[in-house]
Amino acid sequence: MIRSSNKFKWRHKHLLGLRELTREELEFILDTAEGFENISTRSVKKAPPLRGKVVVNLFFEDSTRTRISFGLAASRLSADVVEFTKKSSSVSKGETLIDTARNLEAMGIDTIVLRHGAGGAARLLSRSIDACVVNAGDGFNEHPTQALLDVYTIRKHRGSLDGLKIAIVGDISHSRVARSNIWAMTKLGAEVILVGPPTLMPSKVNDLPVTVSYDMDEVIEKVDVINMLRIQFERMGGNLFPTIREYARFFSLTVDRMARAKSDLIVMHPGPINRGVEIESEVADGNNSVILQQVSNGLAVRMAVLYLVNQAAANKAKGK
Amino acid sequence: MYTGNNILIKNGRLIDPANNVDQICDLFIKDGYVSEIGQLDNDCDHVIDATGKIISPGLIDVHVHFREPGDEEEETIASGSMAAVAGGFTSVVCMPNTKPAVDDATSIEFVHRMARQARKTFVYVMGAITQGRKGTDLAEMGLMQKAGAVGFTDDGAGIQDASIMTRALKYASMLDTVVSQHCQDLSLGSSGVMNSGYNSTVLGLPGMDPLAEEMMLWRDIQLVKRIGVRYHAQHISTAGSVKIIREAKQQGVPVTCEVSPHHLLLTDDCIYEYDTNYKVNPPLRTKADIAALREAIKEGVIDCLATDHAPHLKSEKELEFLAAPFGIASLECALSLYVKALIEPGIIDWPQLLALMTHKPASIIRIEKGTLAKGSIGDVTIIDPDAEYTINAEKFYSKSRNCPYHNWNVRAKVERTIVAGEVRYSAD
Repeated sequence: MIRSSNKFKWRHKHLLGLRELTREELEFILDTAEGFENISTRSVKKAPPLRGKVVVNLFFEDSTRTRISFGLAASRLSADVVEFTKKSSSVSKGETLIDTARNLEAMGIDTIVLRHGAGGAARLLSRSIDACVVNAGDGFNEHPTQALLDVYTIRKHRGSLDGLKIAIVGDISHSRVARSNIWAMTKLGAEVILVGPPTLMPSKVNDLPVTVSYDMDEVIEKVDVINMLRIQFERMGGNLFPTIREYARFFSLTVDRMARAKSDLIVMHPGPINRGVEIESEVADGNNSVILQQVSNGLAVRMAVLYLVNQAAANKAKGK
Repeated sequence: MYTGNNILIKNGRLIDPANNVDQICDLFIKDGYVSEIGQLDNDCDHVIDATGKIISPGLIDVHVHFREPGDEEEETIASGSMAAVAGGFTSVVCMPNTKPAVDDATSIEFVHRMARQARKTFVYVMGAITQGRKGTDLAEMGLMQKAGAVGFTDDGAGIQDASIMTRALKYASMLDTVVSQHCQDLSLGSSGVMNSGYNSTVLGLPGMDPLAEEMMLWRDIQLVKRIGVRYHAQHISTAGSVKIIREAKQQGVPVTCEVSPHHLLLTDDCIYEYDTNYKVNPPLRTKADIAALREAIKEGVIDCLATDHAPHLKSEKELEFLAAPFGIASLECALSLYVKALIEPGIIDWPQLLALMTHKPASIIRIEKGTLAKGSIGDVTIIDPDAEYTINAEKFYSKSRNCPYHNWNVRAKVERTIVAGEVRYSAD
């Protein structure tokens, strides 16, 4: 059952990012996801909307949960799923991203789910091929379905994001999750506070629709939701902060800090978690944590996205 | 195409900024040199009616990339030379960042030989400051100068090490040549692909800090102050750089600088769709930077207008923004772009614009060109200042099409380009 499908028509055959979507469009995706949620709990976990369609998981970067989540989402909608993982960037092997995609398209695929190390790669692809393109994370730019599942999870708990205070904590500078979250959360009416050391903040961060804080202790008391980003150890060589120990002391979500938080604080993390670093195990597994629910909700959200972009493509084809 | 010896150009607005000339008159070129100026009625088998047109000294561009040797599929000295005359340029200076780099006398001679064969525009060349442009060991600057190098630069990469730069400047002072620098301190973000700022944050692309340019510029100027050698800052792009240059000039430091059309017309807002045609180094900055650069041109702080013509293959520019090469191909529309950026908004007038594109660049590389004084070489650009047209990159003589100005409506068309008394380009 797809809620409110009669009052709104989805028009985008690509999902490249959330920056360009309106509140109405964001809500429509979330409403659509609600309709798909129960498929995962049925005994036969399959519905027919994408029967006969081919979805390619084109992943140029390591990913486990996002890739599997998209694969499962596509197969639950009865699409055929092709896995295409390639560690290196397209250029290093001589074949360009566009060439790779055009070859896939020549085999008759309908949707490309792209994970790529370069910001804007999904947009580049969408300009070059006819198939639907879903961005599964491009460089530091956006990770739209992660943010959608985040806001979906919050909405499920609170009914709405209007007026909520949400902290996003950690490496904002290199986080596509944070960027998508900022657009989704603020458009849905929440107030976003970015928390982390200045070395992990992007330039002109104050021009974004957010506030910035370097003080986790001050922030923890006033927020309704806290989204802890993963510390990317691979970037530690760059000395973005002195040591893990110092980072944890200043920014970790600890049991002590949780004691000063609102009792109904929602604790989120896009995973994978560095236990004991950005978040203590007891908090990650505690009553306030919705980390595993995020993963479950990811399936419904990705089903909704795959369904909607393919519908838009079909409508456009009919329109022709 | 007329290749005879004598040309009479009639009734044009002759603008020769080097000699403060701006008048309607005729110009007679005999045996490749300017012979007479005035109301002329010489017996001549080739007469050009320049009524309503500007007769300018041939335009000079101190910063182009012709990609030969190494990337001949992007541009060759021949195709670049043809693009140059189509843009009104009678002299250009090639940068040494080819593959291999132009870092010895033989490679300087190679460029000259290819240019002679192309027989279009005068092609000068700067040699690399360091061997292989690696920034570590000085190249044979003296021998390259003897072979005809008009200056030295590791263009594309600034000399990072201050002690190497000190040596280069000292050595250049002995040669009385100019050291030209691509100012960018790589320790402040070597992976950047666009201006660091709000847009890079939103697009999730690594940024290039304006300070990276300004820090190297400031450092170099301190060295130049101590050493006393001519120094030229290439394609400056930030308001901070303008300030540094202005102060240095006020102190009498022998520093000159250039700007490129894109830094006067385009901002990092253009990158919204990750269009790699806007990927350029130094990167497109902000409106405030454009305003500062335009103001500096009005004040005379900027010494010349270059193009930084940097052709690239379409297939390379079709890559991810991170992976695509830097550069814009603009030789053939540069004059119109400068008219749009500087004359149309009333910042400078035609004589001032042409000064920045003729005798001023000539003085930086010390070539005796850029003027129409009697006895000068017969390099002339005839411009229709009012002609409106649409830029069509598909029709460029350049081998490359990486031009963000495609389909722009602009004014001021190059009608004819005369090099050493020969019509080498005609718009007809």
